Amino acid sequence: MSARMFMQNLFNGLTLGGLYALIAIGYTMVYGILRLINFAHGDVFMIGTYLAFYGVTLMLLPWWLAIVVAIIGSAAIGFLIDRVAYKPLRESPRISALITAIGVSFFLESFAVVVFGGIPKSFLKIIPNFLKKIVTIGELRIQVLTFFALAIIAGLLVLLLWIVYRTKIGMAMRAISTDIPTTALMGVNTDTVIGFTFALGSALAGASGIIWAMRYPQIFPYMGFMPGLKAFIAAVFGGIGSIQGAMLGGFILGMAEIMIVGFLPQLAGYRDVFAFIILILILSFKPTGIMGKKLTVKV
Amino acid sequence: MSHEDLLLEVADLHVYYGAIHALKGISIRVPKGSIVTLIGANGAGKTTTLSTIAGLVKARSGKIVFNGQDITNKPAYMVNQMGIAMVPEGRRIFPNLTVYENLMMGAYNRNDKEGIKNDLEWVFELFPRLRERLTQLGATLSGGEQQMLAISRALMSRPSLLMMDEPSLGLAPLLVAEVFDVIKKINAEGTTILLVEQNAMGALKTAHYGYVLETGNIVMEAPTTELLNNEQVKKAYLGVA
Ligand SMILES: Nc1ncnc2c1ncn2[C@@H]1O[C@H](COP(=O)(O)OP(=O)(O)OP(=O)(O)O)[C@@H](O)[C@H]1O
Ligand SMILES: [Mg+2]
Repeated sequence: MSARMFMQNLFNGLTLGGLYALIAIGYTMVYGILRLINFAHGDVFMIGTYLAFYGVTLMLLPWWLAIVVAIIGSAAIGFLIDRVAYKPLRESPRISALITAIGVSFFLESFAVVVFGGIPKSFLKIIPNFLKKIVTIGELRIQVLTFFALAIIAGLLVLLLWIVYRTKIGMAMRAISTDIPTTALMGVNTDTVIGFTFALGSALAGASGIIWAMRYPQIFPYMGFMPGLKAFIAAVFGGIGSIQGAMLGGFILGMAEIMIVGFLPQLAGYRDVFAFIILILILSFKPTGIMGKKLTVKV
Repeated sequence: MSHEDLLLEVADLHVYYGAIHALKGISIRVPKGSIVTLIGANGAGKTTTLSTIAGLVKARSGKIVFNGQDITNKPAYMVNQMGIAMVPEGRRIFPNLTVYENLMMGAYNRNDKEGIKNDLEWVFELFPRLRERLTQLGATLSGGEQQMLAISRALMSRPSLLMMDEPSLGLAPLLVAEVFDVIKKINAEGTTILLVEQNAMGALKTAHYGYVLETGNIVMEAPTTELLNNEQVKKAYLGVA
């Protein structure tokens, strides 16, 4: 592989990894608090793209405003999913919530098929022209969109870390992830904090979906399945429950996927298999993930 | 005792865990400004009593009145906001938060910066060691330090009622004495205290009034001076023949 190809792949890997990281954070935060794998998370990724799409095509918003509205909409949907589907099951056995999560995922996908239609829609209208331009640096040719995506990803990751480690609600999120009843004893409405966590994770998933759709400009009701699954693997790989782990896991997985295909093009057809090989390996050799701590069983 | 002088009144409280009848109609009265203790053996229902008052466990029947307001089965966060703080059994320090953040969790619903600062100084006066540990994670504290932190964290909400569940458990004898001293100090500054203990001697010497709990029933109640001289209490709880 030439140096130029390598650099090209580096940018692609970083972007793809960042998109996985954004989704993985939502999985890991919800798991950290509720020990629940929110299977509906990948579908919020999909809904976010449709919200942006209709923001531009139906509500005639400028592209950037449509994106902001879609991210807020994704947050609201995440919050609602918790309120409607998971909150009534807080005291129930964990398996009930898990099965409900699968149900919510099916619901959102079917809802999208019925309401948005099963035929893929082109996302090109949502991408402003300047993002489609190509910058040439030496031999390297990179779309402006790539820089835009990387900047947004970096901004969102920093913002998330700031919320979690520097704000009061972030402190409550961290407290709740080890001990819900004791957090309640501190006068914290734990359902509000859990709802906020869903909203935050869903906003990131929505943002990831929109950037994804700008890079691969076709949206369809099942588009969240594979990225969602891979981001989940990234979260497990990083150590589920750990936010930094989810970030790192996302970047490693995205980079590995792009680089392996880049170095060994004959394996391109197996692209989606790598993530699962990584999952099997990590579960066999270090089930707590690279950054994960041993999770104490909650009483 | 007139009703205005009562801070907390628990009346005929029944609590179940599934089929287990953990509290079988207990009644407790905590006068403003006092230290009241609840002693009893393992599994008597002491933690259940505090958890039900705090809103973590639901009551099947009975009434809990705090400051003239019915708080029966109110969610825990509301009970705390009304002025009840708890030092839970086993301390329950947030291990992944720093000592400072643990204290700030206690002050979660306060916005008075000055007041919070003053109360921080107050808990550092009670436990000077916490000041040196501010940036350390809760998990790295020793058992005694965790207990100090759990008490301080509860105080940071400026409660009118402080409930403590076995604060002396697992501490070295010297520290046990220190904890009972601190309880008296906190009370002297105006905080009413409901103290649960298996260390009956320490609790009865610290509190003004005591209840003896046995398998979900209050079997005796009296001023602590009387309980300390009661033959039954001496035999069953004070280890004196
Ligand atoms: N979560 C629970 N589920 C079922 N039973 C419980 C639960 N918590 C307590 N119990 C039962 O209720 C009774 C009272 O328990 P509780 O914890 O209130 O006792 P305690 O006086 O605090 O004991 P200890 O001194 O050991 O802390 C016991 O029989 C106990 O087994
Ligand atoms: Mg107990």
